[in-house]
Amino acid sequence: MTDLGLLAFFQVQVPGIPEHRVTDIFKPLASPAAAERDIAWFTIAVTTLIFIVVGGIIVYTIMRFRRRPGDDLRQEPPQVYGSNQIELAWTVIPILIAFVLIGVTARVVWSVENASPPPSALHVKVIGHQWWWEVVYPDYRITTANEIHVPYSPDGKEATYLELSSVDVVHSFWVPQLSGKVDLIPNRLNYMWIDPKQAGVYVGNCAEYCGTQHANMLLRVVAEDRSTFRAWAQGQQKAVEPSVVSTGRTTFESLSCVNCHVIQGTKAIGKFGPDLSHLGSRSTLGAGMMTNTREHLKAWINDPQEIKPGCLMPSMKLTSTELDGVASYLESLK
Amino acid sequence: MATIDQPLPAKAATMREEFSWSESLYNWVATVDHKRLGLMYVVSALVFLVIAGIMASIIRLQLAFPNNHVIGPDTYNRLFTMHGTTMVFFVGMPMVAGFANYLVPLMIGARDMAFPRLNAFGFWIFLFGGVLLYFSYIGGGGLSGAGSAPDVGWFAYAPLTERAFSRGASTDYWILGIFTAGIGSIASAINVIATAISMRCPGMTLARMPMFVWVMVIDSWLILIAIPPLTAAQIMLAYDRFLGANFFNTQAGGSAVLWQHFFWIFGHPEVYILIFPAFAILSEVIPVFSRKPLFGRPAMVAAVIAIGFISLGVWAHHMFAVGMTAWSNTFFAASSMLVGIPTGIKIFNWTATMFGGKLRMDTPMLYCCGFLFQFLVAGLTGIMLAVSPFDWQLHDSYFNVAHFHFTLIGGLVFGLLVGMYYWYPKVSGRMYNERLGKLSFWLFVIGFNTTFIPQHFLGFLGMPRRIYTYPAARGWETFNLISSIGVIFQIAAVGLFAWNVVYSAIKGKQAGDDPWDAWTLEWASTSPPPEYNFEKLPVVRSSRPLWDLKHPQDPDWKFGQ
Repeated sequence: MTDLGLLAFFQVQVPGIPEHRVTDIFKPLASPAAAERDIAWFTIAVTTLIFIVVGGIIVYTIMRFRRRPGDDLRQEPPQVYGSNQIELAWTVIPILIAFVLIGVTARVVWSVENASPPPSALHVKVIGHQWWWEVVYPDYRITTANEIHVPYSPDGKEATYLELSSVDVVHSFWVPQLSGKVDLIPNRLNYMWIDPKQAGVYVGNCAEYCGTQHANMLLRVVAEDRSTFRAWAQGQQKAVEPSVVSTGRTTFESLSCVNCHVIQGTKAIGKFGPDLSHLGSRSTLGAGMMTNTREHLKAWINDPQEIKPGCLMPSMKLTSTELDGVASYLESLK
Repeated sequence: MATIDQPLPAKAATMREEFSWSESLYNWVATVDHKRLGLMYVVSALVFLVIAGIMASIIRLQLAFPNNHVIGPDTYNRLFTMHGTTMVFFVGMPMVAGFANYLVPLMIGARDMAFPRLNAFGFWIFLFGGVLLYFSYIGGGGLSGAGSAPDVGWFAYAPLTERAFSRGASTDYWILGIFTAGIGSIASAINVIATAISMRCPGMTLARMPMFVWVMVIDSWLILIAIPPLTAAQIMLAYDRFLGANFFNTQAGGSAVLWQHFFWIFGHPEVYILIFPAFAILSEVIPVFSRKPLFGRPAMVAAVIAIGFISLGVWAHHMFAVGMTAWSNTFFAASSMLVGIPTGIKIFNWTATMFGGKLRMDTPMLYCCGFLFQFLVAGLTGIMLAVSPFDWQLHDSYFNVAHFHFTLIGGLVFGLLVGMYYWYPKVSGRMYNERLGKLSFWLFVIGFNTTFIPQHFLGFLGMPRRIYTYPAARGWETFNLISSIGVIFQIAAVGLFAWNVVYSAIKGKQAGDDPWDAWTLEWASTSPPPEYNFEKLPVVRSSRPLWDLKHPQDPDWKFGQ
């Protein structure tokens, strides 16, 4: 059942680096999220103050002027119609507060939105699909899915620039501890940047309703040091050797799997589903739904609709021998 | 010029005839009486409210625990779509029309609306729209298993609504149901404006028009301006789906963002359309229960007009995440903060009305107090959302859900409950049960806040909206469970309210014509008012005609009010 995957979700660990599962926007670990955190606290401070003052006056008014037993019901209080001075005061003061907030807002908007990338910045294209993320590294000629590997930036000198688009409906990229969200919109390119300060796995979600499995369109940003990242990228560039022969590969290539998935160096060239060239090196399956274990992989291939109802991959109706073979083949694609 | 001519209209009860049930059914269906139509609007809105409430309860049941599978993703997506659509178009909008219909003619001393038959048309076309929308459970490919009710969200973002992503007829039901109900809203808005402009009784200048009527007139203008963009967009979408147009079809070069502009230039004024009736009701009830005139009446009118205008220029604050330029993001942040200023003025003036008064803490006034606090919170979280960099985090998170439920439940529904308790004796002729009313108020306050306060924190913890389930260990379990527990109290509160309404209509004490010792003209008629409202049209000299009548030594018009 579905629980199989979901319960397993948080057992994922990339060795050596912490996973940030609780995505508290007040514990940012990248510059855009930190700028947003600062203005958030400022805004909360201002609004809390307003709440205390106005709420306090309302409470006082209710307590002080509520009718008590024994009050003369026929005696009406003094009829006061209004006061222009008071109206003016409580118009002008909020206007002043609003202008302060507008000024601060403008500053943060420009600092986040119009920051120019450092020359060393990594460029990544993120393309939204119903219900997974395609991730392309143009400089490295790599395509992967759902897990975005980036170098982390302890000194603020590294940054990753993301170009966001969608092949189908509107999605939204939200990894709360790295940055606020930006939508992925078909026929439109959006941009955002992140610079994770610590090595770690940062969890996020699709934040724009995009259809049946919107809930299970999870996102993971894996921030590593430069050399680990380079090693990962080089590993991802390798294609499958033509000489590798297995029953799993034969089954895979004899079925319609190849119409939707790419496995570099083989005849699997379909672009509809996630690129599987290095599936074995990923930590999760089903767009972050469950850990990438053999058991989960077999369950997924056997019937994706059991795990992620409504997803666009059909059950391939494999025999258990075929299933074993295909799972072994995919696991071997490191 | 005299104040209202004495004596007040005689009891009309003696003129009532007894009808068989089929005759009285016919009388209800064929009626053009503004009071009956108003009541039918409010009752059908309450029926839709119960349906939408049941949907919300199932949603909260599903989200009470992580990895919950009470319902599957398709059912869940349909539930939140139908819940939102129903609450906005089939609860909020008919409540606007219902309250305006019942009260505007009575308050301005008229015998009916300007266009009684248009009024009846508006109601029946609205009801037809609602039935059409709900027919989608059967007709949208439902029952046969291939689909069912709409599942594209109440905002129906393109291109999820296009043929490629939304097969079957469910989206078409969404388009047609709302399109049809929109005709009713337009009809009712035209009618309210025409009535208030041309049907006021002698002596009632615009400056003396009750605040309720003022707000409803401005609300109606806003309806006339805001509904057409939605209707236009829905027709374009129908063209896309049926005639191969490509306005929003991104697969053929259409624009997804265009739909969002269309939708929100309707959608943001719409939330003010929905909250204005609450403003209107509070502006009548707070003065009567504080025993003082509304503080700063001209400023209150100006504030509503200002909100109306500014609300037309804030729509893209729903779109801070679509990748607008820094200039646009700042502009819409600024306009959204500015709309908070007249809204603040309203809260300040209500408080000032209470200040120095003698507050009668009956059920309507309790709900007013609940409204003031909850709407204050809603306004302040609204400012947080207007700060666009903060919104990049909060947008489409549970914080957002909490914010607008504070405006629409904590604000609008509380405001409507104020109105329903306050005018209940006028409409039914009997008094509701005060003890039940207070009990249900406290249950509702506790339940509402228990449900929606935790959702702010879920937003801070990165929980997105519209997800049918969520994994454990992301820090979301506790808040979700608390939120769901609150629903139990809300159900109890609504149940008590319904019982109070039904029971008191049969067994309640006779209320008399003017149980609250109030000041506007509806209290000069009988309870319930006769079909013609007033035997003799009243003549007024101030904004509180009944005050003048009750205090001949100290009338408002002496002070130029």
